Amino acid sequence: MSAHRDERGARTPRARGISRRRWLATALGIAAAGAHAQGGTPAAPRALPERATAAIDALLAGRTAREGRVSLEIPRLAENGLSVPLTVSVQSPMTAVDHVRTVHIVAPVNPIPTVARLHFTPRSGEAFLSTRIRLADTQHVLAFAEMSDGSVWSGSAHVVVTLGGCLDPIL
Amino acid sequence: MARAFINVPDSARAGEVITVKVLIRHRMESGHRRDRVGAPIPRNIVHGFSAHYDGEEVFRMELFPGIAANPYLEFRTVATVSGELVCRWADDAGERYEQSVAITVQ
Repeated sequence: MSAHRDERGARTPRARGISRRRWLATALGIAAAGAHAQGGTPAAPRALPERATAAIDALLAGRTAREGRVSLEIPRLAENGLSVPLTVSVQSPMTAVDHVRTVHIVAPVNPIPTVARLHFTPRSGEAFLSTRIRLADTQHVLAFAEMSDGSVWSGSAHVVVTLGGCLDPIL
Repeated sequence: MARAFINVPDSARAGEVITVKVLIRHRMESGHRRDRVGAPIPRNIVHGFSAHYDGEEVFRMELFPGIAANPYLEFRTVATVSGELVCRWADDAGERYEQSVAITVQ
């Protein structure tokens, strides 16, 4: 570090050059992620961490999730991973015979992938939740809805996180 | 000091789906952080929340450390009769909270 500082301790262009190169790499990474979100298939995100696949396998319990009926609303770009607004809703008539029972919200890249489990009844009127979540990094946020007929539906949304929620400042 | 702000519409028609907004004051300590001397700060989050209205549980939620501090929960319920919507939540420190709000059905 000292090699790139002049006598007064100011950072020399060389030191700045390194950080600029780094910054460029990050920017390209974000651009690539954005391109992936537009053209890619949200249902098949890149290889998920093992803890995430374990959590998803546990909630599916051998069932297969069909894509659809579940919608997630999340900003495309979240500046602060400590608090990201998220709205989940599931299309359902919410009658006694046909309603949403449980919705699982999963952020696969987080240290604990399961973010919340929601339990609805026909008296809920609508399978809807709006909340604020923590996100460790850029990722696809997933939601799985278990219906009263036993079927499972899924939805996802991609979010770019510039400052991860795990950089929580010390007290 | 109120532990939570709970908001419901001033009045509703029977059968109408109304929006309930809850803002709970809580640190939601994730359990992943360390203090200045490097000792882990124990997890203390609100891990469960439920809303009861007209003799039934209308919404329940299990929360994990991925929910942001001062949890904001906005959910829906069907307005049936005038009465109390009772919200209950509990945290890892063993504290249990209960707060109600009146729903007026015309």
